[in-house]
Amino acid sequence: MKIFLKLTFLFVIISSLISSRAIAAGEQQELLKVDWSFKSFFGKFDRASLQRGYQVYTEVCASCHSLKHLSYRNLAEKGGPEFTELEAKAIASNFEVTDGPNSDGEMFERPAKLSDKFVMPYANVQEAIAANGGAYPPDMSVLVKARSGGANYIYSVLMGYDEPPAGMELDDGVYYNKYMYGNKIKMSSPLDDDIVEYSDGTKATVDQMAKDVTTFLQWTAEPHLETRHKLGFRVIIYLSVLTVLVYFSMKKIWSRIETKV
Amino acid sequence: MSDHEYTPKSKVGKWFNDRLPLLTLANHLTDYPTPKNLNYWWTFGGILTFCLITQIITGIVLGMHYVAHADLAFQSVEHIMRDVNYGWLIRYVHANGASMFFLAVYIHIFRSLYYGSYKSPREVIWIIGMLIYFLMMATAFMGYVLPWGQMSFWGATVITNLFSAIPLVGESITNWLWGGYSVDNPTLTRFFSLHYLFPFLILGLVVLHIWALHVPGNNNPIGIDIKKPSKDTVPFHPYIVIKDAFALLIFLLIFAFFVFFSPNILGHADNYIEANPLVTPAHIVPEWYLLPFYAILRSVPDKLLGVIAMFAAIFVLVILPWLDTSKVRSTVFRPIYKQFYWFLVADVLILGYVGAMPAEGLYLLIARVATAYYFAHFLIILPFLGLKEKTTPLPLSITDPVLGGSADMAMARNNSDFKEKL
Repeated sequence: MKIFLKLTFLFVIISSLISSRAIAAGEQQELLKVDWSFKSFFGKFDRASLQRGYQVYTEVCASCHSLKHLSYRNLAEKGGPEFTELEAKAIASNFEVTDGPNSDGEMFERPAKLSDKFVMPYANVQEAIAANGGAYPPDMSVLVKARSGGANYIYSVLMGYDEPPAGMELDDGVYYNKYMYGNKIKMSSPLDDDIVEYSDGTKATVDQMAKDVTTFLQWTAEPHLETRHKLGFRVIIYLSVLTVLVYFSMKKIWSRIETKV
Repeated sequence: MSDHEYTPKSKVGKWFNDRLPLLTLANHLTDYPTPKNLNYWWTFGGILTFCLITQIITGIVLGMHYVAHADLAFQSVEHIMRDVNYGWLIRYVHANGASMFFLAVYIHIFRSLYYGSYKSPREVIWIIGMLIYFLMMATAFMGYVLPWGQMSFWGATVITNLFSAIPLVGESITNWLWGGYSVDNPTLTRFFSLHYLFPFLILGLVVLHIWALHVPGNNNPIGIDIKKPSKDTVPFHPYIVIKDAFALLIFLLIFAFFVFFSPNILGHADNYIEANPLVTPAHIVPEWYLLPFYAILRSVPDKLLGVIAMFAAIFVLVILPWLDTSKVRSTVFRPIYKQFYWFLVADVLILGYVGAMPAEGLYLLIARVATAYYFAHFLIILPFLGLKEKTTPLPLSITDPVLGGSADMAMARNNSDFKEKL
């Protein structure tokens, strides 16, 4: 079994190398840490939080940030916010999409269906940049995975708006944020207490909304997270049992020649 | 190589085998006499074969859904992750599989360095192995470009730009590689094509690697020549097969942990941002398994010399069988080399670490010292040490070692009451 100690040692070295790289990526300030329900081996999404998070996204973020990799049907799928199909259809029908050409060769507008992708707030990147003072509001589909620190980073930035420290000059349309890379952000603080009204009676504090929308964005980035955790658990159990069986078979076979394995 | 001729029992089998001796081959592979003292470091050959097959199978499925086009690649990867049935699983296995493949190949290479498996008569096995390793790096690099994220794009830009350091023809070569004047759609499509081709070249080389191995037979932890078959050997099946299977399962547990519980920890967050030629990421870093070479590249102030140093770092491994002048294979009997061996391991880990750090200040200094030591190990220490070192006495066989020796031999000594029951 000495060999496994050695292997573990090697494994630790390599993983510490990897984690040291994450630090090198350059966070200036220790991120706020939240005990997310989707972390850990059996992590699942908080369904109510996902639905509230969708509400925050639609009412606050969606005017600038797209979710171009998602379809409206995803909202009703298992492992997500799990709106009913009727609710998801109702959500989709609020949006107009361009379809066509029809038999006359004309493009036409129609309400969105479940199979349509989320409608984007801007026609193209240039329009988005022009409308936002030269800063491109990034697509949010995989935003959580695209930032080192993940969900904690998104939450921290949402909570990180503050007065700039003395002596720091900020241009017009630039805001101070404790956790943003370089501490400067072109998005003004998006959340204020009671900016949305939750239908389930939850109090819409900035902290609550930040948590909900971050949970929602974690789901948009990893829609199959719950399936992955569930399947992973089964795979680990299966492999462990098989490993034990193979170990004893090996002992038995090698005992024929009386040598240690 | 078994001495006796194999004849299939059935008539049909004999008829077929006379025309194509596949059954003889199968018989050779199951009976193949293997030293019985192989430890777990020897199980990585089987693990690597598993890795290659896994990458090929998952890769073929990914290739059915992926679109190699600069405007669509990123989106098609998201399509795989979201809409393809178990696409997320296949992609995460493929992406983490590359890291696991390299983890295994590094252990395999360092095992060879420790037990002197590259020495006569196994030089050709070693050189084929180095070719495989080189192709693996090229394949992994091109695979990392395919999702067309920020690290894909900028990694490809940095690495392909290395060729522009070649005097006179550098720029033409770079443009030829790109299929244009910058990394763009033609680069992506050719990388996809080659990324699909190379694994099959690797597979062919693996067959040669195993063939070359089966001529002299396996080296072993004691590193002495053994008679085959003899009481020092066991048939490959079932002894080695079951042991390899056990080690593979342990490996798979680690693999599964990455795939299911932290599938993105080995990648870089920036690669989930779509490629943008107008925005350069703050730090451009390659995947972890290329970091030691990246550190060597950056430690040389001159671009051309840096590129030469990087390729030389691999080439020096190819000629290793002739740089190591010691006739004794196993480090177990080389007390001084043993220390230098662990220095080298530490050196490579340090190179990997500084490769991930910005090339400035103390990091750059450490990278330069570590690079110098890396070459000194192979070009100065190994040739001289082999001539000067006083090695400890070698045992005559695995089952009858000489008295004394190191702890590694205690195991072999315990087997002296070995009874053959086969």
